[in-house]
Amino acid sequence: MMSASSGNRIRNNILTLAAAALLAVSLWLAPKYLDGYKIRIINLIAINAILGLSLNLIYGMAGMFSLGHAGFMAIGAYVSALLILTPEQKSMMWILDPIAPWLLNLHAPFYVSLLLAGIAAAFFGWLISLPILRLGGDYLGIATLGFSEILRILIANLTPITNGPIGLKGIPAHTNLWVSYGCLLVLLIAVIRLMGSNFGNVMRAVRDDEIAAETMGINTFRTKALAFTIGCFGAGVGGALMGNIITTIDAKMFTITQTYNILMIVVIGGLGSITGSILGSVIITTMLEWLRFVENPITIGAFKMDGKPGMRMVIFSILLVAVIIFRREGIMGMREFSWDWILSRPAAIRNRFASGETPKGGDLNG
Amino acid sequence: MANSNKLSKSAEQNAVLTLGDVTIRFGGLTAVNGVSMSVKRGSIVGLIGPNGAGKTTAFNVITGFYKPSSGYVEFTPPNAPPMKITGLDPHKICKAGIARTFQNIRLFGNGTVLENVMTGAYVRQKSKWWMNILPVFPGAIREEREIRRQAAVLLERLDLIRFMNAHAASLPYGAQRRLEIARALATKPSFLLLDEPAAGMNPRESAELLGFIRTLRDEFDLSILLIEHDMKVVMGVCERIWVLDEGRLIADGDSAAIRGNPRVIEAYLGKEASHA
Repeated sequence: MMSASSGNRIRNNILTLAAAALLAVSLWLAPKYLDGYKIRIINLIAINAILGLSLNLIYGMAGMFSLGHAGFMAIGAYVSALLILTPEQKSMMWILDPIAPWLLNLHAPFYVSLLLAGIAAAFFGWLISLPILRLGGDYLGIATLGFSEILRILIANLTPITNGPIGLKGIPAHTNLWVSYGCLLVLLIAVIRLMGSNFGNVMRAVRDDEIAAETMGINTFRTKALAFTIGCFGAGVGGALMGNIITTIDAKMFTITQTYNILMIVVIGGLGSITGSILGSVIITTMLEWLRFVENPITIGAFKMDGKPGMRMVIFSILLVAVIIFRREGIMGMREFSWDWILSRPAAIRNRFASGETPKGGDLNG
Repeated sequence: MANSNKLSKSAEQNAVLTLGDVTIRFGGLTAVNGVSMSVKRGSIVGLIGPNGAGKTTAFNVITGFYKPSSGYVEFTPPNAPPMKITGLDPHKICKAGIARTFQNIRLFGNGTVLENVMTGAYVRQKSKWWMNILPVFPGAIREEREIRRQAAVLLERLDLIRFMNAHAASLPYGAQRRLEIARALATKPSFLLLDEPAAGMNPRESAELLGFIRTLRDEFDLSILLIEHDMKVVMGVCERIWVLDEGRLIADGDSAAIRGNPRVIEAYLGKEASHA
């Protein structure tokens, strides 16, 4: 906060460090007390937060409606997996067509593969941004969706490189809590710093009014291409982490449904809010798992229902519609979390009750 | 064109902006038709004319949003040779030193007042975007701090400092107009285009604006071209006035000359009025 005195700033820094330490202790304790399924969900929360944050950078902060996130995830997942798999594993796996010879002996350690996965996705993002960023609004959404589908079909058919419809199996499960939350932390700090700098102002300006931004000397095309490329980097890293936790990838993993899940995180959390993407990821990821119970056979008294796979997506769609109708701006809107706001809550709530007014909306600035 | 050849030699040499026979057609409509004019460095010039005369189109040609069908626009930055800016991208024209405001206010509505002005300063920012991701470039940190400070100074100067952290869209109308000027000034221009700065202001406010435009020119060393319908403002502040009608330049001169010019009266009030 601008008006925070240096005393407040020190207090906030201490609180942030304390929260980080608390998170670290929980991550350290979690494997001791939780089973593998729960650990995976906690991992997925971080990975989805990375994906949500990177899509938010493109859609929420720079205002480009992109439906191609799954495609860039696929690039990241495949690049990472192909680099990690050993030549022996590769020569065993390609049974339809022989593997491309140059690819067979290509090998890199996990962290290098993560970085290269991000760079590869960013490169493709930059490449397709050049022709398609001239489009605006919904047209951009359609174009990115098309690109993502083309990529998926390419992956399913480019057998010498991707092993076609069989996909890649036996990827070592490198992703653990430290890796996924470490990546999230790095990305989070980078995005917070970036959006807090004047370049962040510029990105939001391009989103709010492109013509005014261009008039103020901003190369709007370059700014949008840059935001898109950075977002795709995040998608690539997220995809790679995903591949390394599921240990099996194929083209079917990266359909439009995957993009929609991430889009849901961003929209429900709040377009343009970093905090929102994190909250959205926590909510959507846990709900997606928790709602699995509706797909089991249910008996309520005399009413019996067979388990129907896909039922949770129906419920999810209804929830999404409700959010769009009743709270369009999502949980956070464009606001961000701050310690000053949290610490002022008890007093604010007391005041509300003391003055007897009915609380109105979620005014986080109050 | 009666007026296009009248520019004296000295005025041309001292010109900050020259339009040379600029024509722009949209399909069958000729919005600006063979307009030649020049703006003397350090002067305040008015561009007037009835609705649809092509004033804003001329602004859009100067700032690079429209490419003229024929003709050229030449801009002379201070202490630099003249440059042709016809066909340059708008952000490059801004970088060369031309800034503008809009007839229908176009602020970055979700940003704060301070952020709006800081955005204007980005065009002069030297450090790269990635330098602020990690706090390891002291030069970049210093520059960000300096931009913030200068933005605050501008806000102070335009009497907006009390709104500093408010959302731009939440400001009262007059303050939004001032904020647009502050944002334009943050790009450090040498030439400022104001598109109807007095629109929606009451007589007292437009009288204040008169003095304010003059102070701006002197304080920031500007040349100013303004479109305005409020004749009090135009006659009061402009040292030279150009009159457009149906895309053509029909008159130019100081306020007295324009006031008595029968063609101008005809353009505004119709044929009978000019003979009366």
